[in-house]
Amino acid sequence: MSEQKKLAIIATKGTLDWAYPPFILASTAAALGYQVQVFFTFYGLQLLRKNLNLKVSPLGNPGMPMPMGMDKWFPVIGTAIPGMESIMTMMMKKKMKDKGVASVDELRDLCAEAEVKMIACQMTVDLFDMNPAEFIDGIEYGGAATFFEFAGESDITLYI
Amino acid sequence: MANFDTELDASGLNCPLPILRAKKTLASMSSGQVLHIIATDPGSVKDFEAFAKQTGNALMESKEEGGKFYFLLKKN
Repeated sequence: MSEQKKLAIIATKGTLDWAYPPFILASTAAALGYQVQVFFTFYGLQLLRKNLNLKVSPLGNPGMPMPMGMDKWFPVIGTAIPGMESIMTMMMKKKMKDKGVASVDELRDLCAEAEVKMIACQMTVDLFDMNPAEFIDGIEYGGAATFFEFAGESDITLYI
Repeated sequence: MANFDTELDASGLNCPLPILRAKKTLASMSSGQVLHIIATDPGSVKDFEAFAKQTGNALMESKEEGGKFYFLLKKN
């Protein structure tokens, strides 16, 4: 094959649902022969934790289908009830498992295996006093210039 | 059914796992060998076409039978 294609992704979100696009695209691109880098910034850094504790929230998310037609008769304020987030997260995880959708851990492992380079935003790590010991091994730290070094010569760049 | 060297059962797995497992299995095979894949994800039909086109591995066969999808991929 000629020159290897490149994909650069910025991952900014730290919820269970939004953890999927960066890892699905990165792992698939790697399988297709792309060289891939993902730059994790702000809430996206939650995706690099060894112990992932990602949640999905129905709050402020009118597009989220809810079980038993809850989204039809449930008042919007109901999505703010304490415990709703945990319930929806549990249901979402069960649904994903039932439908054979990979877990975020599994997709992240596949990315690491496929040599997807994962870069943590140093500024965010400092800003939130995050502990690098809580992140998975094999990641690098860098800033905007680090991202552009790779993104500048990428075929595809995505902001997620 | 044509002959194949290796078989991968990706039944019950959803996007992008069938592709990722296929890629991994192909990596352990040698050039010219044929991989037989079984999948239940309807999206895998188009995905394996796209995978073959982009990786240069030949999709020799793609068919549906009794709700399952069967593919033959020849490693380049």
